Amino acid sequence: MAAAGNDNLKKTPLFALHERLGARMVPFAGYAMPVQFDGIIAEHQHTRESASLFDVSHMGQASIIGPDWQTVAAAMERLNPAALLKLKPGHMRYGFLLNDEGGIIDDLMVTRPPHEDGRLMVVFNASRKEVDAEALKAVLPEGVELFMHEDRALLALQGPKAEAALARHCPEAAELYFMEAMPAEIAGIDVFLSRSGYTGEDGFEISVPAERAEELAELLLNEPEVKPAGLGARDTLRLEAGLCLYGNDIDETTSPVEAALTWAIGKRRREAGDFSGAERILKELEQGPARKRVGFAIQGRAPARAGAEVLSETGEVIGQVTSGGFGPTVGAPIAMGYVQTEYAEKGTPVTLRAGRREMAASVASPTFVKPGYKRRPKGG
Amino acid sequence: MADIYYTKEHEWISVDGEVGTVGITKHAAEQLGDIVFVELPEVGAQLEQGGEAGVVESVKAASDMYAPVSGEVVEVNEELEGEPGKVNEDPEGAGWFFKVKLSNPDELNELMDKAAYEAFVASEA
Repeated sequence: MAAAGNDNLKKTPLFALHERLGARMVPFAGYAMPVQFDGIIAEHQHTRESASLFDVSHMGQASIIGPDWQTVAAAMERLNPAALLKLKPGHMRYGFLLNDEGGIIDDLMVTRPPHEDGRLMVVFNASRKEVDAEALKAVLPEGVELFMHEDRALLALQGPKAEAALARHCPEAAELYFMEAMPAEIAGIDVFLSRSGYTGEDGFEISVPAERAEELAELLLNEPEVKPAGLGARDTLRLEAGLCLYGNDIDETTSPVEAALTWAIGKRRREAGDFSGAERILKELEQGPARKRVGFAIQGRAPARAGAEVLSETGEVIGQVTSGGFGPTVGAPIAMGYVQTEYAEKGTPVTLRAGRREMAASVASPTFVKPGYKRRPKGG
Repeated sequence: MADIYYTKEHEWISVDGEVGTVGITKHAAEQLGDIVFVELPEVGAQLEQGGEAGVVESVKAASDMYAPVSGEVVEVNEELEGEPGKVNEDPEGAGWFFKVKLSNPDELNELMDKAAYEAFVASEA
């Protein structure tokens, strides 16, 4: 069923397909997007057990193009503390754009394509496209340009059976490992393929020209393992996997150190301190941040939502829930949020309070479900 | 045969004598999607028509549930505690929420019958 009042929303190239499949459409970041098809829990479980196809065309696909990798990577490194200069062709890396205060403008995936030395590919969060483009353009040197790929759709095929379904049409997909990317052909359609995603499962993200997107989606949906899934399942899957949602769990006030994303800051970068906001980040790395992102394991069945307060055993407010809900694979309510660092130890008992309801919980790792990534074997 | 009434907040109440059984409508359950938690009033609680009577949580969001009539809660559906999904499976049957002893049966006149409720849902779409 189509939601009313979507007239001024942007449509992805798969809009007509979603309507045909009976999706419930909702506004999200200015787009009409499918929130569910069969139901969020069913789609979530299907992704964990088999494979689901998600339309993530609302996200901002972009390229930074210059004379060579060193130049484009160095430009990106001015805002992004990930180690990008030595990123190998055909590999990708998670990172962020940081503001001068070390706050996160956006979190994103940077890809070095194997086939084109002067191109850096990046995917922005839908709600941050314009902000990201502006921040990057401000630091790009002469001869280096940012291009938005408005003419491309992005599909995510996620789940343990994603490889089997995709490899029937694209055998070389099986040769790709987690956080690797390459151009490929799927049933005669030229795509750019990466082994990555936002569900904690193995899977692929497929960038495809907009005019071939529906054909590709239908091809994949015809595979016996694959069903469509919406943003609702995408959210429960990423929450169980402990992955941050920009705008909820990270924003321009949170630093990567507070967000427990320190692993994404390259070693060389820490030593050099050569990125925006380095002052705050190096200080937090040395002295520890004032607050830290953690998970919450909740007793009982009542979910805690974003905005709920976190209380210590003595009743002091020590933090806030930034994402929360029911974890279908966990079979219980789960949440993530921030607490003052002295309470960030796993197992610390806390109370989550939303209005008049209080829930007993304990601090936990935000990774509630073990990832199913297919990593390249050592030395492979 | 009990009379069934509906509210604009998508609750139903099936009245048999002085006791009404209350739940959320099939339409409401479909709109909410997978229900994962239901907070029910306590037995003995005094409800006021239109006042908060409980909370229904789906995977995505929490929604308040309102009392269709005033009265005392005489029974709650304890099965929903362990199996909130019953509300999706059978919202106007096994997925009932609570029973209330009506303190002012005249309040039923302000509610809709099935045909009026269906027209109301159609007008909201």
